[in-house]
Amino acid sequence: MSEPILMKGNEAIAEAAVRAGCKFFFGYPITPQNEIPEYMSRRLQEVGGVFVQAESEVSSINMVYGASGAGGRVMTSSSSPGISLMLEGISYIAGAELPCVIVNISRGGPGLGGIQPSQADYFQATKGGGHGDYKLIVYGPSSVQEACDLMVKAFDVADKYRNPVMILGDGMIGQMMEPVVFPGVTSESPALEKPWATCGNEGREPNLITSIHLDPEVLDAHNWKLYEKYKAMERDEVMYESYYEDDSEWFLVAYGTVARICISVMEKMRKEGTKVGLIRPITLWPFPKAAFDEVVDSAKGFLCVEMSTGQMIEDVKLAVEGKTPVYFYGRTGGAVPIPRNIEERVLDMISGKVPVVTDYFDNIHGGGGA
Amino acid sequence: MKPVYLRPKSLTGTVTHYCPGCTHGIAHRLVAEIIDELDMQGKTIGVASVGCSVFAYNYFDVDFQQAAHGRAPAVATGIKRVHPDKVVFAYQGDGDLASIGAAEIVHAAARRENITVIFLNNAIYGMTGGQMAPTTLPGQKTTTSPFGRDTAGQGYPLRMSELLSTVEGAYYIARCSLHNAANIARAKRAIRQAFSNQIQGKGFSMVELLSTCPTNWRMTPGKALEWVEKEMIPVYPLGEFKIGEGE
Repeated sequence: MSEPILMKGNEAIAEAAVRAGCKFFFGYPITPQNEIPEYMSRRLQEVGGVFVQAESEVSSINMVYGASGAGGRVMTSSSSPGISLMLEGISYIAGAELPCVIVNISRGGPGLGGIQPSQADYFQATKGGGHGDYKLIVYGPSSVQEACDLMVKAFDVADKYRNPVMILGDGMIGQMMEPVVFPGVTSESPALEKPWATCGNEGREPNLITSIHLDPEVLDAHNWKLYEKYKAMERDEVMYESYYEDDSEWFLVAYGTVARICISVMEKMRKEGTKVGLIRPITLWPFPKAAFDEVVDSAKGFLCVEMSTGQMIEDVKLAVEGKTPVYFYGRTGGAVPIPRNIEERVLDMISGKVPVVTDYFDNIHGGGGA
Repeated sequence: MKPVYLRPKSLTGTVTHYCPGCTHGIAHRLVAEIIDELDMQGKTIGVASVGCSVFAYNYFDVDFQQAAHGRAPAVATGIKRVHPDKVVFAYQGDGDLASIGAAEIVHAAARRENITVIFLNNAIYGMTGGQMAPTTLPGQKTTTSPFGRDTAGQGYPLRMSELLSTVEGAYYIARCSLHNAANIARAKRAIRQAFSNQIQGKGFSMVELLSTCPTNWRMTPGKALEWVEKEMIPVYPLGEFKIGEGE
C-alpha cells in the first residue's frame, strides 16, 4: 500500500479511473466537475490514452457510445444539467449493451439551479432518466477514498454486465480534499476480450452495435434479456453499510456526504444514550432492500435525510413496505443539513412530534429551519 | 465468359428496404466499391444514422454501429479515437446531418476528425414520411410545408457543403449528384478521394450526394431524376468546395 495523498475529490476520481485502465475520456465543461476533464486532459496523454473536449454533453456521450462499441475502456463526467443532456445517449448505451462509466458530480436544480452540492438527481439516476426500460448501476460514495475505490469497481462491473455504471457524487465529494490511498492492484479486467466490439471484421462476420429492433417480438425478447441482467445486478451487486443494527430502534437513512453528517449525529446521540442506528446505501440502484429487511420488524422508525425534497425516501418506503413509519428531513439547492437540525428531527421523531410521511407533500414539513 | 459487373464484396446482397427509384442503393454501391478497391473491407467500421439509412448495416458487409439521430459524427469520433488505424465512415441523410446533427458535423470538421462522411441530400425527411427538411427547396411541398416552403416563416435551404468548406479543419468537401451516369462516375471519384484522405491521415472529408426520394416527392423515378437536375442543382451547385493542402 502506498502512502495517503491529499487530493481533491474530482482529481482523485480521475486518477482512480486512469489506474482502472480507462484510456478514453470525452467531456464538456460544467461546474462543479471541471477538475475531472482538466486532470484527464493531462494525465491520459501520459498513459497513451485519448482526451477529447466535445462540443456538448450530447456529443460527449455519443463519443462514449462509439468508443465503447469499438472496445475502449471509456468514461465521461458531468454535472446535473449536463447529465440531463446525456440521457438520450445513456438510453442508447443501455439498449445497445455497452459498458462505460458516467460520473455525475451533481448540483442543485431544477434548470440551471446552482453549483452547490445537491442530491436531487437521485430519481434521474436510479429510475432511468432516459426513455425505455433500462437501469444503471448507481454508486453513491460518501468519501473521496470510497469514490476512488468505486471508480475502479465501476469499470469492472460495467464490463461484467455490458451496462453503463454511474458514480453519483455531490459537489462536496468533488470539491473537498481528503487523504486517499490508491491500491497497487486496481482493475480486475482492463484488458478484457470484447469479441462483440466493432474494430474491423477481418476474419470474422461483421459485428453490429445497435439499439433498434423494429420487430415487436425481438424487442420484447431483448427487453426481457435486459431485465434478467438487472435482476442479476439486484442479486449480486448490492452494497450498503448498517450501523448499530442490533440494538437500535430508530434509524437514520442517508447516502453520500449526508451519510457522514448523519454518522456524526448518530455517534453523538448514542453517547448521550439514544440508541440510533444508520443505514447507508452505497448502491443507490440496485437499492439495498436487504438492509431494511434485517431491522424492519424491530425498528420503530426511519428518518431519511437527503439534500432534496425527498427522493430516496420513496425507495425506503418501498423497502419497509408500510411495516414501520418513515420520516423525512431535507435541504435543497446547496443548503446542507447540519447536525443540530438532524438531531432535533430525530428527537422529534422519537417523541412523536414529526408527522409520518404519508404522501409526497408531507415531505415539505421536513425542509427549512436551518 | 468474364463477368463485367458483380456485387461488391463489401455489400451483403440483402435486398434493401429502399423505395423504387431511390438513389440510396447507388450510394451504397459506390461506397462498397471504394472499400473493395482500397482493400479495406476487414478494416472498416461504418456508422448508420437515423432516417432511411438506419438499416445501412444490413447491406454493408463490415462492422457497423447504429447512432442516435444526428450523432453519427460523434459516434464515429469515438470509434476512430479507439482505432486510429481503421477506416471509419458515417452515412447520414439531410435531416440527420443538417438539422438535428448540425453541431456534431461542424465540430467533427473543426477538430479535423480523420473520418469520412457520406451525406445524402434529398431535400426531405424520407423515413418519417416526407416532412420538410432544412434542405427543402423554397416553394417545395412537403407534409409539413403543404403550401410549399415559405421562406418568410420556414427559412431557406441550408447548404452544408458551402458551410463546412469555411471550417478550417475540414480537409475535403465535395457535392456530387446521382441523377445520371456521368455524375455517378464523378461521385465515385469524390468518394474515393474522401476515403483515401482518411487512409493518408489527411483529416475530415465529406461527400454530399444529391439524391432522389420519388415516394415523398410524389414523382416517378424518372421525373425525380429530372427534378434533381432542374430544381436541386441550381440551389445546390456541384463541385469540390474544399481540397486541403499539405498535412
